[in-house]
Amino acid sequence: MHFNWTTEFYIFVLAVFVGFQLISKVPSVLHTPLMSATNAIHGIILVGALSLLASGHTEADFWIGLLAVFLATLNVVGGFVVTDRILGMFQKKPSGKE
Amino acid sequence: MLEFEQAGYLVTAIFFIAGMMRLKTPARARSGNLLSAAGMAIAVLVTVVAHPHLPWLATLVVVAIGGAVGFLVAKRVKMTAMPQMVALFNAMGGGAASLVSLGSLLHANVTVVGQSVAALFTIIVGAISFSGSLIAFFKLQEWLSGRPITYPLQKWVNGGVLVILAAVVVGLMASPHNAGLATVLILLALLEGIMVVLPIGGADMPVVISLLNAFTGLAAAATGFLLDNNVLIIAGALVGASGTILTQLMSRAMNRSITNILFGAFGKTVHSGVVGTVDDGVVTHATVEDVAMLLAYSRKVIVVPGYGLAVARAQQEVRQLLEKLSQRNVDVRFAIHPVAGRMPGHMNVLLAEANVPYDKLFEMDSINPEFKDTDVTLVIGANDVTNPAAKNQPNSPLYGMPVLNVDQSRKIIVLKRGMSPGFAGIDNPLYTNSKTSMLFGDARDSLNELVRAVEEM
Repeated sequence: MHFNWTTEFYIFVLAVFVGFQLISKVPSVLHTPLMSATNAIHGIILVGALSLLASGHTEADFWIGLLAVFLATLNVVGGFVVTDRILGMFQKKPSGKE
Repeated sequence: MLEFEQAGYLVTAIFFIAGMMRLKTPARARSGNLLSAAGMAIAVLVTVVAHPHLPWLATLVVVAIGGAVGFLVAKRVKMTAMPQMVALFNAMGGGAASLVSLGSLLHANVTVVGQSVAALFTIIVGAISFSGSLIAFFKLQEWLSGRPITYPLQKWVNGGVLVILAAVVVGLMASPHNAGLATVLILLALLEGIMVVLPIGGADMPVVISLLNAFTGLAAAATGFLLDNNVLIIAGALVGASGTILTQLMSRAMNRSITNILFGAFGKTVHSGVVGTVDDGVVTHATVEDVAMLLAYSRKVIVVPGYGLAVARAQQEVRQLLEKLSQRNVDVRFAIHPVAGRMPGHMNVLLAEANVPYDKLFEMDSINPEFKDTDVTLVIGANDVTNPAAKNQPNSPLYGMPVLNVDQSRKIIVLKRGMSPGFAGIDNPLYTNSKTSMLFGDARDSLNELVRAVEEM
């Protein structure tokens, strides 16, 4: 594995800028689903948890990895499902016709 | 890392960004979330294929249980409980990030100093996010008191823990594979998370949740540095940015700095010099019939909902009132203060759940100029966010906080349980304003009666 600081920092910094641009365009009406959507997105740590679990050598690695996979799965599934529920409510009626 | 793995992660990153772009409009937002979910599925699939040595059975069992629990909880949670739900899922993400870094640090493959730094950062921030979010969850769920929990020398204790934490970090930089020291580090970080959130009051939770959300995002990004995984870096950066923006918005809406919220133990210190003004002024009482008459014959009405509305579970009744008044061609709008709920945008969700169309919901800056040509403003379960003292009484603790210009409308009706002051214990001169009438009682009962009275007119 090659550890490439500079490239990764470039990516990080650019992603932060993209993030600021994207988020500042979200209307305040949608701030709760925004938060819960980003909450689900940081469940991407599941990818890290899976690779840790796969490359572990000791028993401790195994249990740490397994617990991480469990927590991350909860985060991902719960996060996306609850966001979908919230956004479903905003989809119902575009305008108040009786 | 294999090439197809990289390619898959790139697709995931694109899906995440495209998904967030769709959050610009309420109608398209749902498809954006599905897009992000699809991106997540691709990332997981790619990872699983690239790691044939995964302990399959154990992984499947854990994923099945975690997925089922997450699904059921997310399907059943009430919208009023959304803040604690977000806090709970945030804790899970933070905990997972912390564990992944712990596991990687103990591995032999952490050889570069930068990697140790990334690992230690994630262990600490992830653990703080985990325990801090859990405390926020307990507080919002009211398993713990929502009031600030304080004790003497609290700041010194918190600071002391930080100093020990720093010492352990130095030790781990020297010998990264020391499992005992790493365990101590995680425990200390967990403790710090608990102690930082304990003294923060329930009304400040929108800030805390946003901040911890940013923390978990940064922890995920740092894990990306550790594992050389770009999708973790990108996703983590996006979440970090979003959490940071929301934290700033929330603390600005409360007119307090983040440091003040985190370390100020609000509610303890604020006892204003304006106590007693309510008794000096005259409070005008209104009857249901008066208010119904007033509303039914108005041209333009603004409703100001506060968290008290959700506490009284009166969202449906508000929507009914909106419908009745709309039938009479009254222009009804809702003015939503940024901190009207327990998390950013919470009040919008609660009203959307009750089928209030989102184009009736207006944020503070866009509706504030409209109060002056509004016939009636109906304040339901909101207090501090309507307090004119924030604009014109420099000695008020609220002074400088952005508030809704309720006092500019021609007539003001306040639905309230009694004359008790708001969460912060600050009197509201709005109530003794000559244009204001108070309709006392449970918000839900009052609204029910109002709906009936308007109907009969």
